[in-house]
Amino acid sequence: MFEISPTEWTAILLSLRVAIVATLVATPLGIALAWLLARRDFWGKSMLDALVHLPLVLPPVVTGYLLLLALGRRGFLGAWLADHLGIVFAFRWTGAALACGVMSFPLLVRPIRLSIEAVDRRLEQAAGTLGAAPWQVFLTVTLPLALPGVLAGMVLGFAKAIGEFGATITFVSNIPGETQTISSAIYSLIQTPDGDLAAGRLVIISIVIAMSALVASEWFARRATRRLHGN
Amino acid sequence: MLRVDVTKHLGEFTLSAAFTSEGRVTGLFGASGAGKTSLINMIAGLLKPDRGIISLDGETLDDTEARVHVPPYRRRIGYVFQDARLFPHLNVQQNLDYGRRMNHLPDDPAQRSRVTDLLDIGHLMDRRPGKLSGGERQRVALGRALLSKPRLLLLDEPLGSLDEGRKVEILPYLIRLRDEGIPMVYVSHDAAELRQLATQIVMLRRGEVTAFGGVKVLTASPK
Repeated sequence: MFEISPTEWTAILLSLRVAIVATLVATPLGIALAWLLARRDFWGKSMLDALVHLPLVLPPVVTGYLLLLALGRRGFLGAWLADHLGIVFAFRWTGAALACGVMSFPLLVRPIRLSIEAVDRRLEQAAGTLGAAPWQVFLTVTLPLALPGVLAGMVLGFAKAIGEFGATITFVSNIPGETQTISSAIYSLIQTPDGDLAAGRLVIISIVIAMSALVASEWFARRATRRLHGN
Repeated sequence: MLRVDVTKHLGEFTLSAAFTSEGRVTGLFGASGAGKTSLINMIAGLLKPDRGIISLDGETLDDTEARVHVPPYRRRIGYVFQDARLFPHLNVQQNLDYGRRMNHLPDDPAQRSRVTDLLDIGHLMDRRPGKLSGGERQRVALGRALLSKPRLLLLDEPLGSLDEGRKVEILPYLIRLRDEGIPMVYVSHDAAELRQLATQIVMLRRGEVTAFGGVKVLTASPK
């Protein structure tokens, strides 16, 4: 039963690539946004907060369709990017990474924001009196103390990205070798008369990946608590 | 020379203080809630006055009319907090080195060993703050502030979180520090402590300066 076929391998590796790229690109943006939401007050903050969480509550097919409208070949952004920068998302694996990144963004930002909020501002003040400019305070005090939360957010975002289905298939379809991830491969297999066994294998693999990600995120959360207590 | 003339509204409480201090150790004396911490937070730049002027050695740090507010990290004023505030993710050595690194000062091993000897913290270098006693933490905080080479050192009840035994342990270090010659502003509600350390007293009561002068003004006041 556990003979994984080349097509299945392709889907697994593509899923990993899509999720890793999505997480790595989303993380710096997520840290910047989490810091803004945790530490700054500005006009439109609650709107921004709602916007970040939107992919969590919208039907994924809606998010995917909006991405298609904006970034498809004829989309207002997509056409411009293709003509001027040669960047195409539609029906490419990069588009799958983008869809996964957008869908996992709220899950990535939340733990980072919470861990930044948990950093004692009095320590940041102390750093200021020692001569650290605000960006130095962020890099030498805030970020290191929030690091376990950042890692937890990355793990959670990665787990979400690797399982994403609705937005991805709407935006970039289900092309084997280009945009067919584990999820869309399972979807195709269970619609094929004798695909059950192969689907079962992929199901087990996705459970293993998701479980490892959750265990890892739990571990990071525990480390965060210990670290903030200074031992 | 430190010149302070500020007003700050804090809830229903108004802090209004003016004094000029030439002394080596200026003691800010008053009961809790008198506005001592708010006042030195303004000197440090952590709190903006609503109105007034703060200047140090002729350099304006705050001037509300001219809209001047120098941020804390450009003031070169060291601050020893009551709760030490050591960085929990750094060991003692890295904590001590923090100010030097942030100010891009060259490494100065002679100064470092002088400060660590002065405070007897040489044997703690590899420890994390979580593994230090209250007195050790406070000594490291003193060393950390000193090694950032401040022009003025602010101390907010540095003995406040320590029990009697620990206070006796730290006080001699503070006296040594005073004799090093760095100007200090020392906040305390303990007249006995200030009598030993301060050269000049600013007495605060409910947000106002009620007396100013030598340590003798302490004897006139009920504790």
